[in-house]
Amino acid sequence: MKTRRRIILPALVLALVLSAQARAKDTGYVFVSHEKTNNIAVIDPKQDYKIIKWIPTSHRPRDMKFRDDHRLLYVACGDDDVIDVIDVATLKVADHIPTGPSPEMFDLSRDGRALYVSNEEGSSVQEISIADKIIVREIATGAEPEGIAMSRDGKTLYVTSEVTDMVHVVDAEAGVVTDNIVVGTRPRRLLLLPDGKQLWVSNELSGQVSVIDRAANRISTTLDFLPPGFRQVDVTPVGMTMTRDGKSAIVALGRANHVAFVDTATRKVEDYVLVGSRAWGVALSPDEKTLYVANGLSDDLSIVDMESHKAIRAVPVGRVPHSVLVDD
Amino acid sequence: MIKGARGLAAAALAVGIIAAHPELPDAGAMKLGYVELADDPRYANRGEHSGIVFTDLGRPYQGSQVALEDARAIGRVIGVEVSMEKSTSKSLDELAQRISDWEASDSIRFILADLPAAALKDLARRLVDRPITLFNISAPDDSLRGADCANNVLHTYPSEAMLSDALMQYLVAKGWLQILVLQGPAPEDAAMVAALQRSAKKFRANIVETRPFLLTNDPRNREQTNIVLMTGGVRYDVVYVADSSGEFGRYVSYETSLPRPVVGSAGLVPTAWSWSWDRDAAVQLQHRYEKVSPPRRMNGADWAAWEAVKAVTQAVMRTRSTDFDAVKAFLLSDKLTLDTVKGNPGSFRAWDHQLRAPVLLSAADAVIERAPLPQYLHQTNVLDTLGVDAPETACRF
Repeated sequence: MKTRRRIILPALVLALVLSAQARAKDTGYVFVSHEKTNNIAVIDPKQDYKIIKWIPTSHRPRDMKFRDDHRLLYVACGDDDVIDVIDVATLKVADHIPTGPSPEMFDLSRDGRALYVSNEEGSSVQEISIADKIIVREIATGAEPEGIAMSRDGKTLYVTSEVTDMVHVVDAEAGVVTDNIVVGTRPRRLLLLPDGKQLWVSNELSGQVSVIDRAANRISTTLDFLPPGFRQVDVTPVGMTMTRDGKSAIVALGRANHVAFVDTATRKVEDYVLVGSRAWGVALSPDEKTLYVANGLSDDLSIVDMESHKAIRAVPVGRVPHSVLVDD
Repeated sequence: MIKGARGLAAAALAVGIIAAHPELPDAGAMKLGYVELADDPRYANRGEHSGIVFTDLGRPYQGSQVALEDARAIGRVIGVEVSMEKSTSKSLDELAQRISDWEASDSIRFILADLPAAALKDLARRLVDRPITLFNISAPDDSLRGADCANNVLHTYPSEAMLSDALMQYLVAKGWLQILVLQGPAPEDAAMVAALQRSAKKFRANIVETRPFLLTNDPRNREQTNIVLMTGGVRYDVVYVADSSGEFGRYVSYETSLPRPVVGSAGLVPTAWSWSWDRDAAVQLQHRYEKVSPPRRMNGADWAAWEAVKAVTQAVMRTRSTDFDAVKAFLLSDKLTLDTVKGNPGSFRAWDHQLRAPVLLSAADAVIERAPLPQYLHQTNVLDTLGVDAPETACRF
C-alpha cells in the first residue's frame, strides 16, 4: 500500500498543478492597479467580489496588459521605471523589464515580443524587446505621451501627447512618426474600433471624444458629454472600453463621476451612469454583463450592471486606483 | 545593455517629430516677446536671508521657456515657427522703445511682462493704440484688474483678491471665522490686508484686530516685534500674517500666544503654484521645469509665464492663424480651455481679463487644499467664486 501511495501522491500534485494552470486562464478575476499603495488588488467576482490577493508591485503601478495566453500580466510602474511581469498562476511578480522615465500606458506588438511604452516624463515612446529586455527603439513624441494603441494589423502605432494636444501616427516598422492629428485639449486614451476605420480619442480638458477617420487621419466627429447635474468643466473623459462587437462604447467621465454609454453606430450618448469619484479605468467582464470602473478619488471599484445600467455596488480597493483589467 | 540601447535611441530621437501636416497651410511665425526691468525692486533681495534661500522667488522667465518648448513641438506640426525675444531693460522708456522695434521688425504682438504694477500700468498706456497684448505674469495688484485695468493687458497671475478669497474659503469651511491680522510696514502688506478685508466681508468672517509689526530689535518697540505680545490679550481662531519681506512671517508659527494656525504670507499660503502639488499632471510640469532651471523649483509667476505662452499657443493652434485679431479674439472667447495643471480648465474673464484658474493653499511641503472648494457654488463657473466677479468689477475698458 505504501508504495502505491507514493506513486499516487506525485500524480495528485501534478494534477493539482495542472488544474492550477488551467484555473489561471479564464478566471474572470478583476485586477486593479493602485498608484499610491503600490499594489494590485485581485478581485474574484464569483466570491462576491472578494479581494483574494494583494500583489505588491514596484512603485506606482498603472496600465496593465495580459500576454496573449493570459499566463503573464505586464504592469507599468511609473516611479520605478519598470514593467513588472506578474505570473498569473501564482499572482506574484516574477520579473521586471526596465523602461525609460515614468512609464504610464503601453501596448504589445502583435507577435507579443515587444512592448511599446509611453514615457510621460521622457517625451518618447520606447519599443522594448521583452525577451532581451533591451530598448530597441525610441520614438520622439510631444510632451507627456500617454494613450498608446497598436493597430490590429500591427503596422500602425497611435500615441497621444497630452501637452501638445495631438495624436502621433507612427509607422511601427520604420519607427517614425508619419502624421500628427491635432485633437481636443489634453488627449488621454485611445480606442480602436473593430471596423478598422475609427480611432477614438478621449480629450480630458475639452471634455470630448474625437473620432478619427483612420484612412484620412482626420477628425470626422466630435462627441460631447453632459451628465445630468454637471457642468461642461466637470466632464473630463479618460478611460474607454467597448463591447467585443464594437457596437457599444463606454467612456469614463473623470470628475463628472459618471460613465457614458455610446452607440458607436449613431454616436449618440444613450445613457449616463453615476459611479464613484474621478472615474478613469473601465473594463467589461468576459460575458459583458458587468462593467468595472476604477474611481481614483474615492478609492473604490464600481460594479455596473450592463443590462439595467445601474451601479449595483462599490468595492473598496487601495489608494488611487488607476486601471482595471479582467482576465477573460 | 539598457544604457547602450539608450545611446542608440538618442540618435533615433534626433529625427524627431516630423514636420508640418502636408495638407495644412503654412501659417507663418509666432514670435513672442518677454520684458523685465533690470532693477525690479521685487527681485532685489527676495527669498534669501543671510545667504540662505527660503523661497523660490526668482524671475519667472524659465517658466515661459518650458511652455515655449512645447509650443515649438506644436508649431512644427501646424506649420508655425515659434520663438521668443527677451529684453531686460534699465528703464521703461528703453523697454517701450524695444517693444516698438520688435513690432516693426519682427511683428511681435504678444508680450509677457514681468513688471511691478506701476510699470505695467504705464507701459500699457503707452501701447494703447498698438496691436499689442501684454500678459501680466507677476503683479497681483487688484487695481490692475479694477480701476486701472487696460484692454491690452491679460493677467495670468492671480489677483490679490483671488488669492485672498481662496484662503478665506478654506478658513470659513473650517469654521475659523475670527482672524487676528499681523501687518507689516510695506505697501504690499497693506494691499494684502485690504484684499483680506474684502474676502472676509464676502465670505462672512471677522477680522478681530489688525496689529502692525516692525522689523527691529529695539526693545522699546516690543509691542510690535514680540510675537507672544502681539498675539496676546485677544481671542481668535487663526493668525493672518501680511509680510512681503518674508523675514517676520516664518517666525510666527509656534510662537503665538494661543495655539492657533498661521496663514497668509506664512503657514498656509494661497499661491498660483507649489512644487508639492502632485495632481493633474503637475509633477510632469514640475520636472520639465527643473530640467531647464536647476536647481530652482517653479513658483507662482513661473506658472503664470508658462500659462501665458500656453494660452497664445492654444489660440494659434485652434484658430490655425497667427493673425493678431483672430488670436486675441480666441484668447478672450469661451472656446479657450486652457490646461491649468490644477484641475479646472482656464479662460479669461471678459470683464477684467483675469485668467480663471484654481488657487493652491500650500503649507511648507504639502498642498493642503485646492480652491475653489467644492462647497462654494457659482451660477456659471465655480472659478468665479475666486476674485472679483462681473457685477462688482470696477474695470471699464
